[in-house]
Amino acid sequence: MADEPLVLGIETSCDETGVGIVRGTTLLADAVASSVDEHARFGGVVPEVASRAHLEAMVPTIDRALKEAGVSARDLDGIAVTAGPGLAGALLVGVSAAKAYAYALGKPLYGVNHLASHICVDQLEHGALPEPTMALLVSGGHSSLLLSSDITSDVRPMGATIDDAAGEAFDKIARVLNLGFPGGPVIDRYAREGDPEAIAFPRGLTGPRDPAYDFSFSGLKTAVARWIEAKRAAGEEVPVRDVAASFQEAVVDVLTRKAVRACKDEGVDHLMIGGGVAANSRLRALAQERCEAAGIRLRVPRPKLCTDNGAMVAALGAEMVARGRPASSWDLSADSSLPVTDPHVPGHDHGHDHVHEVSKENLYS
Amino acid sequence: MLLLALDTATPAVTVALHDGTDVIASSSQVDARRHGELLLPAVDRVLAEAGVKLDAVTGIVVGVGPGPYTGLRVGLMTADTFGLVLGVPVHGVCTLDGLAYAADIEKGPFVVATDARRKEVYWARYADSRTRLTDPAVDRPADIADQVAGLPAVGAGALLYPDTFPSAHEPEHVSAAALAALAAEKLAAGEELAAPRPLYLRRPDAQVPKNYKVVTPK
Ligand SMILES: [Zn+2]
Repeated sequence: MADEPLVLGIETSCDETGVGIVRGTTLLADAVASSVDEHARFGGVVPEVASRAHLEAMVPTIDRALKEAGVSARDLDGIAVTAGPGLAGALLVGVSAAKAYAYALGKPLYGVNHLASHICVDQLEHGALPEPTMALLVSGGHSSLLLSSDITSDVRPMGATIDDAAGEAFDKIARVLNLGFPGGPVIDRYAREGDPEAIAFPRGLTGPRDPAYDFSFSGLKTAVARWIEAKRAAGEEVPVRDVAASFQEAVVDVLTRKAVRACKDEGVDHLMIGGGVAANSRLRALAQERCEAAGIRLRVPRPKLCTDNGAMVAALGAEMVARGRPASSWDLSADSSLPVTDPHVPGHDHGHDHVHEVSKENLYS
Repeated sequence: MLLLALDTATPAVTVALHDGTDVIASSSQVDARRHGELLLPAVDRVLAEAGVKLDAVTGIVVGVGPGPYTGLRVGLMTADTFGLVLGVPVHGVCTLDGLAYAADIEKGPFVVATDARRKEVYWARYADSRTRLTDPAVDRPADIADQVAGLPAVGAGALLYPDTFPSAHEPEHVSAAALAALAAEKLAAGEELAAPRPLYLRRPDAQVPKNYKVVTPK
């Protein structure tokens, strides 16, 4: 449909420079340049390395996205950008690019929330989000259960990790096992050949008095590391595949159990899973199994849309345009600790109309 | 010629419009923590004051530092993106050269030094306001005392360390007006300007983890 908003989205909250283009809920382009290889030898994302890489990659990635989508920048209806949460310096590169891009094109700018974007991206895969939607977001930076009745204005946190993010636990265990960085894909691969019941690792925060929807992965991480160290100290070979499978099972067991419980408690019949860890094959399989048993429809976007990308930002931006949300002002800044409850960031200068007059004016018309 | 110049390599967020002969509008705000917030409204204000639209600009001039990275990238990313949309050249100018030009010293030698934080300065030596003698460097003031002894110095880095720079004076921060005037002069003389690439002068801080931390209590 040609009257759906055509939006370009920019994402730089971590180590991926993402530029995506959507028309309404249709994905047109998803260009990503990653600096992950530059971080591998450090065993984690180095903020300054990520920021430098964003600056280098931005213009070529915008170009690539426009070519991929086969659209002209002049035809865009808006520019969306991740305003937070994320790495401060990295976010600032994306926000600077988006502001300059929107200003130069004479298009409205939408500063949006990274977490809400992870949820909204599913519209590109499975069509309009049901309202309300329960979302489980799991990545190297976040592990949260969120309930949203309107992705542009209302995202309610149900629970979150009280220590490590799920993806962080994957990275740390991969490091203990000397499997390199990032840990998620490699653990998934080894786990496929291992026995998930070989070792009974603890399930954090699953006691009757524990918070129902919060997560904890720090205890699990320590338990797995100790188990491995004990094997090594005894001079025994570490069964890498079984450790990977049993560790992964402990993580995905808790994630899916709590997500399904939240859906049941809130009477929500859909569960959306997003974030980098949503690419994990065992998480997908177990979630499918448990959702089916509970009569819940599971929505998980394809792996490339689960990891950080610009299309998810564009998807939320398009929703902002479609629902008539106000554009952000030109003093929009990056907010590294933007609360999940703010899907949309208007900027500081809101209410001063002149910036919006400028943004509505198309320089080329 | 209509140049839009901007620099965010020092605590100043500075924007100017230059028509090849004169600066026709400019803005400078000193706030080291709000580069990202302040730059675009400043561009908007400068263009409005001059009564021109961004698409009338024929070239972008941007200070490439050296400067503390987070702020520095705001100007460079903005300049790159304007260049992309407008299809006009983006020229890089060393921020220290902009300060040297603004110092308006006919006969040196003299030194330009900006604050590099972490008790260091970014600095270079100049023969006169248009001629740099050394590559920009980052050092502790005490370590370069011999090299700058007896020379006049300008910039916040010089003003901050009077032991090393006893005859430091204004200008304190770079102005886009100076940057634009310098670029206009060079372009008119047919000189090539540098590519808009950041001068970080330091490697990113990053520790390579030796190994994972053992968690089993000893
Ligand atoms: Zn993410």
